Amino acid sequence: MNYIGEHLLPGQIGHFLVVLSFVAALVATIAYARSVHATSLPDAASWKRLGRIAFVIDAVALFSVFGVIFYIVANHYFEYHYAWNHSDRSLESKYLLSSIWEGQEGSFLLWALWHAVLGVIVIKTSRKWEAPVMSVMSLAQVCVTTMFLGVYIFGLKIGNSPFLLTREVFPDNPVFSNANYLQLPAMQDGIGLNQLLQNYWMTIHPPITFLGYASTLVPFAFAIGGLWTKDFGGWTKPALPWALFSIAIFGLGIMMGAKWAYESLSFGGYWAWDPVENASLVPWLIMVAGLHTQLVYNSTGHSLRATYFFYLMGFVLVLYSTYLTRSGDLQDTSVHAFVSSGLNWQLRAFVLAFFIPAMVLFFKRYRKIPHIASEENTYSREFWMFIGSLVLFLAAIAIIIPTSYPLINKIIGTNFVIGDDVEFAYNRIQVFVAVVLGILTAVTQYFRYKDTPRALFGKRVLLPTVIAVLISVAIGIWGNVNYDKYGIGFLAAIHLALFAGIYAIVANAGYIWTGLNGKLKAAGGSVAHVGFGMMLVGILLSSAKKEILSINLNNPLNFGPESEIKGYENLTLYQGIRTDMGKYWVTYVSDSVVKGGKMTYFRIDMEEKQSGRQFTLYPDIIKATKGQEGYSNNPDAKHYWNKDIFIYVNAASSISEQKDTSGYKKYPVKIGDTLFYSAGYITFDSVTANPRNEKYQFKPTDTAIQANLTVTAKGVKTFQAKPVFYVANNQTRQVPDTVHSEGLELSLLRVVDNQRLEIGVKESTRLTPYIALKVLQFPFIYLVWIGTVIMIVGLIMSMVRRARLGKS
Amino acid sequence: MILLSFMGDLSTYETFATARQKPGKSVTVIAKLDKSSPIEYNPAVNPNLTTFHAVDSLGNRTQVVYYFEKPFDMEKSDRIVLKGKMKGDVFEITDKQGILIKCPSKYKDDPKAAHNYLSEN
Repeated sequence: MNYIGEHLLPGQIGHFLVVLSFVAALVATIAYARSVHATSLPDAASWKRLGRIAFVIDAVALFSVFGVIFYIVANHYFEYHYAWNHSDRSLESKYLLSSIWEGQEGSFLLWALWHAVLGVIVIKTSRKWEAPVMSVMSLAQVCVTTMFLGVYIFGLKIGNSPFLLTREVFPDNPVFSNANYLQLPAMQDGIGLNQLLQNYWMTIHPPITFLGYASTLVPFAFAIGGLWTKDFGGWTKPALPWALFSIAIFGLGIMMGAKWAYESLSFGGYWAWDPVENASLVPWLIMVAGLHTQLVYNSTGHSLRATYFFYLMGFVLVLYSTYLTRSGDLQDTSVHAFVSSGLNWQLRAFVLAFFIPAMVLFFKRYRKIPHIASEENTYSREFWMFIGSLVLFLAAIAIIIPTSYPLINKIIGTNFVIGDDVEFAYNRIQVFVAVVLGILTAVTQYFRYKDTPRALFGKRVLLPTVIAVLISVAIGIWGNVNYDKYGIGFLAAIHLALFAGIYAIVANAGYIWTGLNGKLKAAGGSVAHVGFGMMLVGILLSSAKKEILSINLNNPLNFGPESEIKGYENLTLYQGIRTDMGKYWVTYVSDSVVKGGKMTYFRIDMEEKQSGRQFTLYPDIIKATKGQEGYSNNPDAKHYWNKDIFIYVNAASSISEQKDTSGYKKYPVKIGDTLFYSAGYITFDSVTANPRNEKYQFKPTDTAIQANLTVTAKGVKTFQAKPVFYVANNQTRQVPDTVHSEGLELSLLRVVDNQRLEIGVKESTRLTPYIALKVLQFPFIYLVWIGTVIMIVGLIMSMVRRARLGKS
Repeated sequence: MILLSFMGDLSTYETFATARQKPGKSVTVIAKLDKSSPIEYNPAVNPNLTTFHAVDSLGNRTQVVYYFEKPFDMEKSDRIVLKGKMKGDVFEITDKQGILIKCPSKYKDDPKAAHNYLSEN
């Protein structure tokens, strides 16, 4: 069949470019590998040149693929499934990019693009390490590219092409028996981008996270290069800026996801120990462990084997987390894991293709990797750094094993699942990790490598210790941190962890002056540690002191011993009625519908009882995109220097599906007539033809009349109501008006004759709109975000310094 | 030590029938929403009570009580994972995250929903 109006050329070009990039990456892998094994220098150089050319072709091809997809999406070529499934015409242009990485194919492409960028930088900077490192990176590039290759080999599908046509995805759909199917309404617009992803964080969080994923490949490739060329220790210095970069960007990506979850989801926090979150945290922890053992090796010659292990596992765990989140195996435990895309075998093969060779090579060479047999001195910096890395490693294991339960169950036929309090299951272990890491972070810099004079260490560490203890005790006494939901033991652990976090801040800030004499250039590590300490303190305070402000005291069930478990978090608010909410008065003032009916804003007025301070918040509820009815809610927040007040609407009568079906009482009336309802009377004052005001805008072709009514309630209060009757496109319609406080809905139903109009009066108790509101307070949440920024600044400072040192 | 501590939080996948044998024990049940009876959530009466019926993989039907707001999109779910305790004939969920809803459209990688959308329009 010859279909009408399809644009097939971009897809053909795009598919060709994908195949080209795949072949180029394959050539680069082989050429660089030949260069490593070449016996003569000119040979090695010419293979290397070929590898470079191939890799650059790969990079250019991938960017062009991205350009083609963007072209298709931006031009709304809905004959392409990718555009149809992930975008629509109403999408703001800043979200066109988000719609590219909403799909699995686009997100793999993004990953490959970052590999390409990083690869080009490695080519420019890594000199003698270029060939082995680039060979490994090109191989990874081959694997990532297969995920969106979209070719069949012996009937086996390899990857999902982003250039499939909609009719190729649904070959047996009757819609496509029509040659002119593009003119059908279903094809005139796309399904659109998931509402939750239409958020500015979604334009920036995925690229940063994928850069973080991609960057873990570089230290991995250096480590493999070391094992491969048997130059076991030579790579650790040139790889150091890369490790710092990776940890900074990967950490930033994870925390941006946390910020997104905090701002736009209604999980009630920034971290829920969801498997998708865990899966990216674990490789980050391993990379941090690797960074510290690498620093130990560079200074003392210890811990090289551990460094290898951590960097090899870092990238493998990134692959593993990709598998976990995309294979559909986590469906029953995660809120936002992908459902399976039918490429599980390929994802598994990808993990194993890197895990098995890396481990085989590591253990084969294990004995040859230089190590120092002597025990480390307990008064040395390297000893405590190694302990810290070990703790990070154990913490990572404690997270990845429960996260992997669904997979473990699948493999060995068990039936494990975390109990109903998932967060506490993790928190009760990680709080002790926080204690140990905080204290290690605080004191370790005060040790010197190899050995530290006892007296010097004691003298230097004394002051920060005293300050940290004093602050912690002060918080203990006046800080009101009394989170006793899980008993006194856990509360004590929280206080201990708070001390550890404060200790890390004070000791590292102090070290910049006492240890480094204020030389900020060299202080990247200390700065990063201060940031880490602030994050710890912020996490602990904001979680332990998180408060539900909307505690429902009206519900009679909320008394007695069971009140803790019977729900109490939502408060019902009736429109216009100022309601008591603990320390606040809260009023649901109004709602307004915007974006063509897609979004409803609720105006909520808050007043702090004590200070009388008032503020207004606008949480909203949005309708999901096409093909998936339903709603989701977006919170709004008031930010103070020391806390955030967070508010969201969990239900609203104005958008509930139940329609009030009680009918109208009909009255034919003339101007000046009065009619009665249960609590008062209504007078028909006048008629306005074709009204024009903020509520009504009619086209010149429409005919409209508005009845102006005055409602007098109980003989005292009066209200105005202006229902409208109009004719548009030869159809008659009514716009009723409501007087909420009276439970009245008034409608102008029809024109009876040239004297009389028919007014409909509906009385109902359910007319007063209500919402279920939840209000949370997170104190000191800003410490989490500022701490993150400081930590990343510190890491970047170190990276710049190490990169400079490496050059000279 | 760490692993042992985690074992303390371990629970297992059960059906409503086996959960009934272990009253008061926290279990996880993979179930389907019983769409023949309505999800009851009336914020005007109690904004913190959602009740509905669920059918587990063996076809047993049980009333479920959830002490929180009704999750958005619950009606459209095809599978729900419930974490809670059996109390008499009622499955009680006291943790906000004790309910996990799987919508066919989540992340839109489900071609069935898109296929239906195509042919309906």
